Amino acid sequence: MADAGSFIHVDTPAADAKAGAEAEGDTDSYVHVDTPASDAVQVKAEADTETEDQVIKNTKGPEIKLEDLFEGMDSDDEFPSSPVSPKRESFGSFPSSPSENGVSHKASDPELMRSFYQRLFPWRYLFQWLNHSPTPTNDFGHREFAFTLQNDAYLRYQSFPTSDLLRKDVLRLMPSRFEIGPVYSANPRDRKTLRNSTAFRPLAKELCFDIDLTDYDDIRTCCDKTTICIKCWQFITMAIKVVDAALRDDFGFKYIMWVYSGRRGAHAWVCDKKARAMDDQKRKAIAGYLEVVRGGEKSGKKVNIRRPLHPHISRSLDALKTHFQEDVLEVQDPWRSSEQAEKLLQLLPDAQLVESLRKKWDSSPGRSSVSKWADIDTVAKTGASQKLDSRALLDAKQDIVLEYTYPRLDIEVSKKLNHLLKSPFVVHPGTGRVCVPIDTRSLGDFDPLGVPTVQSLIKEIDAWQESEEDTEKHVQDWEKTSLKPYIEQFRSFVIALMRDEREVKVKQERDEDEIGSTDF
Amino acid sequence: MIRQDFNRIDSKRRNVVDHRKKQFADPSYKEAQYPHRLNFYATPPTADITLEQFEQWAIDRLRILAELEACSFRNKTPAETATHIKPLLDNSSSTQLFAQRQKDHYSHFILRLAFAATEDLRRRFSRVETMLFRLRLGADDMRERAAFVQSLNIDWEPVTDEERRELATELAAVSSFAYGGKKTLQAQEDESWCKVDWERVPDLVETRRVFLRAGKAYVPAREQQSMVITEFSARLERALELTARALPRLDEDDRLTPILNHLSKTFIVPDATFGGNNTAIDGAEITARNMDNLSQHFPMCAMNLHKSLKRDAHLKHFGRLQYTLFLKGIGLSLEECLVFWRQSFNRITDDTFNKEYRYGVRYSYGDVGGDSNRRGGGGSPYSCQKVMTMPPGPHGCPYGHFSMDNLAALLQSAGVNDRGVLQGVKEDKEHKKFHMACNRVFEHIHKNELKRAIDEGIMTEAQLETIVHPNEYFKRSYLLKNMGKMQQQQQQQQGGGGDVKMGE
Ligand SMILES: [Zn+2]
Repeated sequence: MADAGSFIHVDTPAADAKAGAEAEGDTDSYVHVDTPASDAVQVKAEADTETEDQVIKNTKGPEIKLEDLFEGMDSDDEFPSSPVSPKRESFGSFPSSPSENGVSHKASDPELMRSFYQRLFPWRYLFQWLNHSPTPTNDFGHREFAFTLQNDAYLRYQSFPTSDLLRKDVLRLMPSRFEIGPVYSANPRDRKTLRNSTAFRPLAKELCFDIDLTDYDDIRTCCDKTTICIKCWQFITMAIKVVDAALRDDFGFKYIMWVYSGRRGAHAWVCDKKARAMDDQKRKAIAGYLEVVRGGEKSGKKVNIRRPLHPHISRSLDALKTHFQEDVLEVQDPWRSSEQAEKLLQLLPDAQLVESLRKKWDSSPGRSSVSKWADIDTVAKTGASQKLDSRALLDAKQDIVLEYTYPRLDIEVSKKLNHLLKSPFVVHPGTGRVCVPIDTRSLGDFDPLGVPTVQSLIKEIDAWQESEEDTEKHVQDWEKTSLKPYIEQFRSFVIALMRDEREVKVKQERDEDEIGSTDF
Repeated sequence: MIRQDFNRIDSKRRNVVDHRKKQFADPSYKEAQYPHRLNFYATPPTADITLEQFEQWAIDRLRILAELEACSFRNKTPAETATHIKPLLDNSSSTQLFAQRQKDHYSHFILRLAFAATEDLRRRFSRVETMLFRLRLGADDMRERAAFVQSLNIDWEPVTDEERRELATELAAVSSFAYGGKKTLQAQEDESWCKVDWERVPDLVETRRVFLRAGKAYVPAREQQSMVITEFSARLERALELTARALPRLDEDDRLTPILNHLSKTFIVPDATFGGNNTAIDGAEITARNMDNLSQHFPMCAMNLHKSLKRDAHLKHFGRLQYTLFLKGIGLSLEECLVFWRQSFNRITDDTFNKEYRYGVRYSYGDVGGDSNRRGGGGSPYSCQKVMTMPPGPHGCPYGHFSMDNLAALLQSAGVNDRGVLQGVKEDKEHKKFHMACNRVFEHIHKNELKRAIDEGIMTEAQLETIVHPNEYFKRSYLLKNMGKMQQQQQQQQGGGGDVKMGE
């Protein structure tokens, strides 16, 4: 309960005001959202992420015209705009903003959710992202979606020929969240009619990563369990930096989208065609390459790596050093008490050195982690141990830096082609926050507690004032809200990805013509 | 004619792949060049060879492959295998290089024809060919290997010196832990590197044994070997399937078909390990009467058969077969062998013996059994491999089939009481290195003789390689235990020869 503050304080003033007026009479109404049921949902849901910040990096030159890309697509009402047209009202008559009616404004409020999916969710870009082409293909049509319904029922193997049909089903079923799985060799809905099992097999999916702060509970001191704050979010920042660098520089991937998971973590979606086509062996290879910190809370030493350090690890260590000093030693102060300091001592190699340090720290209780870290070298230099192996000490210190900063990945998510992950832009049912892309160009500025919530967004639509220049063009609802930069980022990402994919396809066709025959 | 056969296959293949693999579409009839000892066998041979060469070259290669398979079956380490195979491989003066490489090239393709027919044969063939390739690749020095790898035109990019300098730190980090951190600086500088798409080497990526940049894995020479081998094996498997499709065409030449059929049959029961006729030991008394005495030189498999036979006055079918062939292998004549069995089966009548058992012994000597059995001399003495795959019984390999207690009892009855040796045997057995256990026992029993043989230069190290055949065990044991006698004999013969000369 002590952590509830972190959730409450983030929101818009309006939301705060509402919190006080909550019908249940619970003062900590936001905390109350985290019922066990919604937690269970979340655990599953948080497996999905995307990164968007790439998008713009990869879009060189002037942005190409969307219309050109989407030629031949009939326009639908995916991006509605206020005032709601009569046609839309027949779809279901909802108030433009549920908040005005004074009903409950929990994030999971079905009316709020419905408004969000009806008016703000970027259906078209989601479609293009997964379809890799403006016109529907099997990349989208054979893609599995899975819905978690309000009653916690879990519907797998849903598939949709177009984004509009997906949208309609979401509005009909109002799932608390939905996940994205692989593209299959056949339509997932037909899987039971297929005679043999090999006819229905996963073909492709983005390479995904899942980083969750609960895996850092043994080293973060500010929060635990489901709570987070900007201090411990820095662990996610470090993780994104390290994994993103490896995926780009080492593996050569270009289309990497990082997505806030809605509560306490982030997901990566690596969307390059090569990445999508990887089999489990290759996914496992990447996961293994990136995994350095192993073992849960109980196990002892979590870092066991060879010397000399592999270039990926040296580079990561360089990138993490400052974070270790500032975000870990200064902010988290993980070894302040003597009990905590014992954890540090156990990771050091020399018994005599350890004894000297223990004596020193026992005589000055509450000595900061920054000082204790510095003490290691100071005491070592005074010759506290006759047979001190300075190489071993340096290695141990590097291992400690890695244990306290290196990304802790849930690698099961990455290893399997057929793993499902929560879709970007879904609303987290517990926090009401939208799973927005994270811009890695300004990674340090990302504040998970400042991410728009479904409640604030709906209000923003209503509060929007038409300006003169806006009257000349059609302004979509999402453009009226703080979701705008996130959707624009997603759009740029998707456009760049589609353009790249189209170029590859054209080139392939040309090559095939030249060869005059397909491979056998 | 033979050239045409290859060409026919080639033209068949061209139909399937020539848009992809230009080298197949463009068969050159000019004399093949063999710049490297190693060969990926991408191009079929085109020059004429005689039918005799066709058969002999194939048989020679098959013998090596069978040995390799036997080594792997006996869990030999790569180093042991290399030592074992080395004398069989052509190791040659440079004047013979062309001939050797040509023979290697042709024999490989002939055996492809012989072993393409069934999936099982294809799998075995590509497995042993890959073993042979690995062995030779490992034996090449770094420079030869690099030149060969480059000649393959596998889509690996060599890492240029300039790039190597640029990435010196990164490459050194990867290289030195590939060598357990023990590599010298000089060795690191000499290491050659290549670049491949990282997807080609996922296992090296997973364990961070390569340097990665922009999707390319920088693979040190040492790891390249495993990539070359993987590539060799993948290409051979593909090629064999193509050959299989082309086989029906080959039936047109009825001179080749019997040879090829025979080759593939030989491969099913590899038996080339112990020559049939020249095994008799000069001056040894190999008779039924002397068998109890000779059994001191038997390996445990034969000794156990001998003991069972003495105890029970009987042996079951497999035991009779194994033992008869063994006895044939040590040089016991058919007549003496029949005497031996008759005396041993001492609880039955002559009539029963003649009806039930006589024929079997004669069959094993090729005395009866139709043309093919006679031509084959009745079958070869069982190699260790064959013995080990027999169903358990008094026959088979005691190191593999017996419990440790029974094995220890057998060994002790043969005078092996040394605790260290028994412990070693136990460990070998646990690691399923049954032949190692057998050799361990041999070395123990003959340790004084072995020392003397080596010290006095009577036997070379090469003559004392790991024993892989029960008859070799016998022969070596007999020779070692009778070293003094043999030397005397030799000296007498030399002296005698001199006398004759003088007399002339
Ligand atoms: Zn925190």
